[in-house]
Amino acid sequence: MNKTIITVIGKDNVGIIAKICTYLANNHINILDINQTIVQDYFNMMMIVDLEQSAKAFQDCANELSQIGDEIGVTIRCQREEIFNMMHRI
Amino acid sequence: MITNFEVNETNKMIDQENLDVRTITLGISLFDCMDSDLDRLNKKIYEKITTTAKDLVKTGKEIEAMYSIPIVNKRISVTPIGTIGASACKTPEDYVTIAETLDRAALTTGVNFIGGYSAIVSKGMTQNEKNLIRSIPKALSKTERVCSSINVGSTKCGINMDAVKLMGEIIKETAEESKNQDCLGCAKLVVFCNAPDDNPFMAGAFHGISEADAVINVGVSGPGVVKTALEEVRGKDFEVLCETIKKTAFKITRVGQLVAKEASKRLQIPFGIIDLSLAPTPAVGDSVAGILQEIGLEYAGAPGTTAALALLNDQVKKGGVMASSYVGGLSGAFIPVSEDQGMIDSVNAGALTLEKLEAMTCVCSVGLDMIAIPGDTTPATISGIIADEMAIGMVNQKTTAVRLIPVIGKGVGETVEFGGLLGYAPIMSVNSADCSAFVNRGGRIPAPIHSFKN
Repeated sequence: MNKTIITVIGKDNVGIIAKICTYLANNHINILDINQTIVQDYFNMMMIVDLEQSAKAFQDCANELSQIGDEIGVTIRCQREEIFNMMHRI
Repeated sequence: MITNFEVNETNKMIDQENLDVRTITLGISLFDCMDSDLDRLNKKIYEKITTTAKDLVKTGKEIEAMYSIPIVNKRISVTPIGTIGASACKTPEDYVTIAETLDRAALTTGVNFIGGYSAIVSKGMTQNEKNLIRSIPKALSKTERVCSSINVGSTKCGINMDAVKLMGEIIKETAEESKNQDCLGCAKLVVFCNAPDDNPFMAGAFHGISEADAVINVGVSGPGVVKTALEEVRGKDFEVLCETIKKTAFKITRVGQLVAKEASKRLQIPFGIIDLSLAPTPAVGDSVAGILQEIGLEYAGAPGTTAALALLNDQVKKGGVMASSYVGGLSGAFIPVSEDQGMIDSVNAGALTLEKLEAMTCVCSVGLDMIAIPGDTTPATISGIIADEMAIGMVNQKTTAVRLIPVIGKGVGETVEFGGLLGYAPIMSVNSADCSAFVNRGGRIPAPIHSFKN
């Protein structure tokens, strides 16, 4: 397992999840969990994904997803899971 | 599984509350560079630093990207140059060449500061160490990135008053040498009592003689995160207040631990310590004074400030110690004036004086830090202020330090601009009653008794 957390925040629009999931599928990145809400027209999604099978390096995925975010007007951020485990789990 | 709430909390800390790792500092031993030939010594120092630290900045940036956590500074500390140059340097000018070498090495490796232009003279000074100290004004004005620190006292040895006297003069000379840059040289010069060997924070970082060949030390920060957490418990009692600080400090420190371990793994250099310090910056909301205000004071400096700072400092340590496998360095709340907007506001409002700051340093690290004083303050008065601060450290078995900036040509009520992380500072009033007969006595103050504690 090579777990990464993807967070997507921005104005709600048609096709945000589709765009991101298409990218993930094309790069063999498996989705382990999705959590999504809309608060006052703002789209807020957290995904836990596994980069184990992906041929791309973490940084390339992070950059490309960030670019996709720019195209569709949302902020997409990738972070390795460890930072959250360290902060929120003893 | 990590929850949405937890992810959002972390990212809110990073995006809105200035959570960051303040510094990854690579400590490098220069013992194997020692040589009696000055040119050879300089060459070896440059090579050792640029080889050991060649991937430091790159690795720091990679870790930032992996976790989306800013690592504000990547820095280097080296073995005290007073010792390393002992055989090759015959004059202060010889030592200045080493400062220039350190500056070049810092530029090559891409770090913003290199610390260790230092001497440990708590009990006595060798001629070499005197030469190093005398070279400081020139060394700091001729270089950009070199930081200097002199340890003039310790709980075990007492206070070397000859060194204290000399440092009063040196601080004044350093200010004169850099008066065209608002006396910036003094912002890179610290006088210590009980200086730690593994401090990652500038300007006082050096790689102590007890350390291994190379080591990674990390300084965490996050006053903004603590302040925001305390906003949620406004009006609640001290138990709730303390628990909130402790839990927040735990989370902040865990990030530092993660970054330190990752940097250590990638650079294949052992992890040393995490320094659990709340280090403010001039950025809005990144202020230790802001926390004191949130605890319930109108301004930092109001009655109650020392108690509030004592509890803050203690809870940060209690939360942080559990979050990290090794804790060291200065570990406490920093209370610099120029680097903290809330402190600047307190001074401008007349709520915070030099004497109150001195009282505050009894319960937190690191001391009288980044305080601008009038340019006509005498060297003896500066030495007197240093002696007082060193005595607090010596008697209380803690680190204390003094980083004063006599601003040549300016007086109380004016301000001085350093820019960047160093911020700006209002010039504070200094008690001008004469202490020169005390400072001029010479010799040293004996170490205090630490038995008979009952």
